Amino acid sequence: MRKPVRTTALIAAAAATCSLLAGCGAADMTRQASPFAGARGSKTVTLSVQSWVGAQSNVAVAQYLLEHELGYRVDTVQVDEVPAWDALSQGRVDAILEDWGHPDQEKRYVQDKKTIAPGGDLGVTGHIGWFVPTYLARQHPDITDWRNLNKYASLFRTPESGGKGQLLDGSPSYVTNDKALVNNLKLDYQVVFAGSEAAQITQIRQFAKEKKPFLTYWYMPQWLFKKVPMTEVKLPPYKEGCDADAAKVACAYPHTPLKKYLNAGFAKSGGKAAAFLKKFKWTTEDQNEVSLLIADQKLTPADAAKKWVNTHKSTWKTWLPR
Amino acid sequence: MATTAASASRPALSVPSVLRHRAAHKLLVLAVLAAVLVPFAAARWSSGSWPQALTVDLSKPLGSASNWIIDNRDSHPLFLYFFGYISEAVVVSVRAVYLFLLAAGWAGVTALGAAVAWRVAGARLALGTAAALLACAVLGMWVPTMQTLALMVVAVLASVVVGALLGLAAGLSDRMDRALRPVLDTMQVLPAFAYLLPVVLVFGIGVPAAVLATVVYAAPPMARLTALGLRGADKEVLEAVDSLGATARQRLLTARLPLARKELLLGLNQTIMMALSMAVIASVIGAGGLGDRVYQALASVDVGAALAAGIPIVLLAVVLDRVTAAAGERLGQERHGVRALPYAAAAAVAVAAAALAARLAGRTDWPAGWTAGIAEPVDRAVDWMTAHLYSGVPYVGGTADWAGHFTTWVLDPVRSGLQWLPWWSVLLIVAALAWLIGTWRTALTAACAMAAIGVLGVWKPSLDTLSQVLAAVAVTLVLGFATGIAAARSDRFERLLRPVLDVFQTMPQFVYLIPVVALFGVGRAPAVAAAVVYALPAVVRITAQGLRQVDPAALESARSLGATGAQQLRQVQLPLARPALLLAVNQGVVLVLAVVIIGGLVGGGALGYDVVFGLAQGDLATGLVAGIAIVCLGLTLDRVTQPTRRRTGKGA
Repeated sequence: MRKPVRTTALIAAAAATCSLLAGCGAADMTRQASPFAGARGSKTVTLSVQSWVGAQSNVAVAQYLLEHELGYRVDTVQVDEVPAWDALSQGRVDAILEDWGHPDQEKRYVQDKKTIAPGGDLGVTGHIGWFVPTYLARQHPDITDWRNLNKYASLFRTPESGGKGQLLDGSPSYVTNDKALVNNLKLDYQVVFAGSEAAQITQIRQFAKEKKPFLTYWYMPQWLFKKVPMTEVKLPPYKEGCDADAAKVACAYPHTPLKKYLNAGFAKSGGKAAAFLKKFKWTTEDQNEVSLLIADQKLTPADAAKKWVNTHKSTWKTWLPR
Repeated sequence: MATTAASASRPALSVPSVLRHRAAHKLLVLAVLAAVLVPFAAARWSSGSWPQALTVDLSKPLGSASNWIIDNRDSHPLFLYFFGYISEAVVVSVRAVYLFLLAAGWAGVTALGAAVAWRVAGARLALGTAAALLACAVLGMWVPTMQTLALMVVAVLASVVVGALLGLAAGLSDRMDRALRPVLDTMQVLPAFAYLLPVVLVFGIGVPAAVLATVVYAAPPMARLTALGLRGADKEVLEAVDSLGATARQRLLTARLPLARKELLLGLNQTIMMALSMAVIASVIGAGGLGDRVYQALASVDVGAALAAGIPIVLLAVVLDRVTAAAGERLGQERHGVRALPYAAAAAVAVAAAALAARLAGRTDWPAGWTAGIAEPVDRAVDWMTAHLYSGVPYVGGTADWAGHFTTWVLDPVRSGLQWLPWWSVLLIVAALAWLIGTWRTALTAACAMAAIGVLGVWKPSLDTLSQVLAAVAVTLVLGFATGIAAARSDRFERLLRPVLDVFQTMPQFVYLIPVVALFGVGRAPAVAAAVVYALPAVVRITAQGLRQVDPAALESARSLGATGAQQLRQVQLPLARPALLLAVNQGVVLVLAVVIIGGLVGGGALGYDVVFGLAQGDLATGLVAGIAIVCLGLTLDRVTQPTRRRTGKGA
């Protein structure tokens, strides 16, 4: 006879908990923040950090200023680009500070669902391309034209590229048309995915240390150019819309003004933090300065940001909301 | 025919002549089957790679499923009233634990950890626990450690509850046991990476998804060991309880559960270890905490910083492992109950006092000046290593050259060999291997799983992954058996080896990835290298244990017959330790597969890359198909290497 009593008690307890948790209405997952946010009653902003160092620099400086000038607590979460849009729309993160252009996501979340609001330009222009190390370009000046790449394919051969030249690609999360490009330009190359940017950088530095030839997918602005000077290989020029069909792309990558995006609710009611993040805008040089401190001098992002903030007061003063 | 099938379904004995006899029978049956089916299949479809006609394209339905979920996530009742509550409950409980830990401060948490360790495992481990927690703080990782701990506490509790309930069901009912066993077996061999995508799609990036993925990963060992404990209870004791007129419930609570204490604690131990390893992998989907620090450090190729976050994970793992293991050993030796209440009161007072003292001193956060950076020296060491070993070492060549040779001379031939084999012959080989070592059931499962890979249309990448697994397993076994034999023969060597094995086994796999790239370049070779490093400890451990458990009397008699050391090893120890060696092979294969998949992050390509791609691009079609293929591959490999007796769990 005791068993049913227990079960009833259990159900009652469960019901009580659930009503305590959410007033027993719908539990909307898109309105749930991170459990680590806002500990001890402070105002918290959650920023998405992408895996590359430039993005870390944006976030580090924004974090430093939010914490020291505006009195917020900042949580950072590392998320890949596309999932970050998803997280942003759900309010798991409040802002993405550097986006390289995702038209599908923009249409879905900004225009259709209106859960994400554009946050203006970052001030940095991004460009993706194919690069060879400058020492190689000096030896073979004509290597920087795609028409001559086949001639040099044997230089770039590795065990992974199976008899063809190796075109080193990075993380699968990055925007890339390289497989289609190799195919459509009839190049004797094999795209080898390093799988992550960290792996790609490590490989490039190893090649550079021995002055070996390599051909890689890379992008600007990037701190690595300061350590390993690289020269871009000219691809057929970019024209508006030439990359519309992913399978038929046969042109270079565009120059993309990098953009910021905020969660729609946060943009509306985020107070000073939202206003600050909308105004946040700096140059390629600024970003590189911080990135180099982080990736090359191995400063923690927080220390690097502090160093930059101390020497560029006039730049960031204008970002602060009055 | 009928007699063959009947005799084959019985487990094979280890008497060689009988085995050879049975093996011949099994192979004969397969050969007859093949002779009938193969010409038909080869004529109907093509020979060679998996025929296009037999594949099913899932990308359309999966794509629309993914779109439906994203469009309805904030409006459909299923999400609002079911998943929403689960997610909410996770957030609230993780938050509660986290706030409690923060409120206790570093002094309070350290005191609490030490008190619990003292109670269940003795003074030495209490000291160790305190030291480990303080070390996390000294490394400047206090807050991330607490985040990981909060997540772990919730995930482990949930896993234990879920696992114990399932285990109870399987332990008490034969039908449940038959239904659950294959499911649990399968979950045990799944690489953690394969779980992430579906969970993310439903719950979004963040802690709820991470906790749920962890529960799915960590609950099976608890369920399995609970069932094992309940089923293994001493028949005579149960009969005695019955004769005293106990009801079924009394019997469960007073006899069966207490008798299964050891297994329950072992289950807890395994669950904790698996939860911790998953907590790191889950950083890919926004779990935060220590795993996220490791992941972020890897983005700037900072091995030192990754290690600074990896060490607390290792410390947590070692402490939790030792404390729960010691608790299991002390069970039954000691009487509890009498002292428990005053002890708990005293401990609570001590913890509160420590927390309060720190709070009064204004030091709930670990003081910033008390941290020590290890990132820099480690980075310098890694730089030196890669600078001097990468290439151009006189005579032996650099690591990059080895990697190149390994790729060209081992990985490439194995891969092209596997991909050259006609598809039906791969199925036949799989079936034959699985049948030789197990029963016709395992053979059928293995062949079906392999066929499923073909149907999904990922035959080629799967064989690519398989080639990497085979190469890595071969290397692991050679090194592992050699080290294991050495460890079994010398106590001193084993004592030296033990902490090393502990560290390598609990270190998050991500931390390995960058040094292996620095040493071996980008490609399949570093993925194989990371897999070898990860799987080696388990293989060494099982081998050494197996050799040590060989009956001393058998060894003594061999020695008295004048056998030399090598003869003893070859003719007595190794044959007698055969079950352990087979278990080592099986474990090696499962662990290697898990890391070869993660190797997609360092250019391993194949299925691992597809999963990474799916996660990174939110592309369910690519990611999920690859995930299922990994599951099938894991299942196949497990069945092919699994002797009839089952193992109890991963690692340990």
